[in-house]
Amino acid sequence: MSEAYEPIKKISLVCSKGSLDGVYPSLIMANGARMEGIDVSIFFTFFGMDAITKKKMNKIKIATVGNPGMGMPTWLGAIPGMSAMATSMMSKTMDKLDIPPIPEFIEMIHDAGGKFYACKATVDMFGLTMDDFCPQVEKVLTVGDFYALSAGAQIIFT
Amino acid sequence: MGEKTIAGKTVQVNDEGFMTDHSQWDREIAAEIAKEEGIGELTDAHWKVIDFLQKDFAENGTMPSLRRVTKAGGVPTKELYALYPGGPLKKSSKIAGLLKPESCV
Repeated sequence: MSEAYEPIKKISLVCSKGSLDGVYPSLIMANGARMEGIDVSIFFTFFGMDAITKKKMNKIKIATVGNPGMGMPTWLGAIPGMSAMATSMMSKTMDKLDIPPIPEFIEMIHDAGGKFYACKATVDMFGLTMDDFCPQVEKVLTVGDFYALSAGAQIIFT
Repeated sequence: MGEKTIAGKTVQVNDEGFMTDHSQWDREIAAEIAKEEGIGELTDAHWKVIDFLQKDFAENGTMPSLRRVTKAGGVPTKELYALYPGGPLKKSSKIAGLLKPESCV
């Protein structure tokens, strides 16, 4: 069995996609890690940063176009309101499974000791400041800072 | 599956040390498992969590998620992690003599 291996003690997640199916895997893995006593940092980059941006974190949707997993023809997915409807249906199912909405999930992981960081390159590119982020965000990090902070961690890119 | 002697009593446990027969559980066993898990002495705050887990499991037949413990059990996330460091739901469930929680959240 796994006895021969050292248990995972620390992970760093990179959340790079801003769709619902891009953000949730990072959050579920981060929360699950804290529940096992594993140290967690999440580094948000590119559109993944929407998950920690105050104005956008409540509006994250599932992509119904260009998402083969949805099994939906492009023309159907492109109908106005389709993405919102699919998101709403999925959110209801998730709530039943006790998977919280994104802002609550971020608060929960933060309360559990998880750390949130924003990517410097993306912050510069989008012209953002710390004021644009939810209060759980620790600071803006360069890639170098992120690697330094991830010493001894497993890095997972989502 | 196997047997283990906890607090002088022989109980049935699975290979991860979770008790498989809840009727064998008592508060002395809970105190002993808490020590083994590095939690130390069980305070009233610890018991509030254990009592909720047992009540909720008895009512629903499934282990509650951590979120349910915070919402329905009334113990905030921060407090849960402070009371049961290193795995709040897993450790409290083990001490409560219940199964390992199967939810990912």
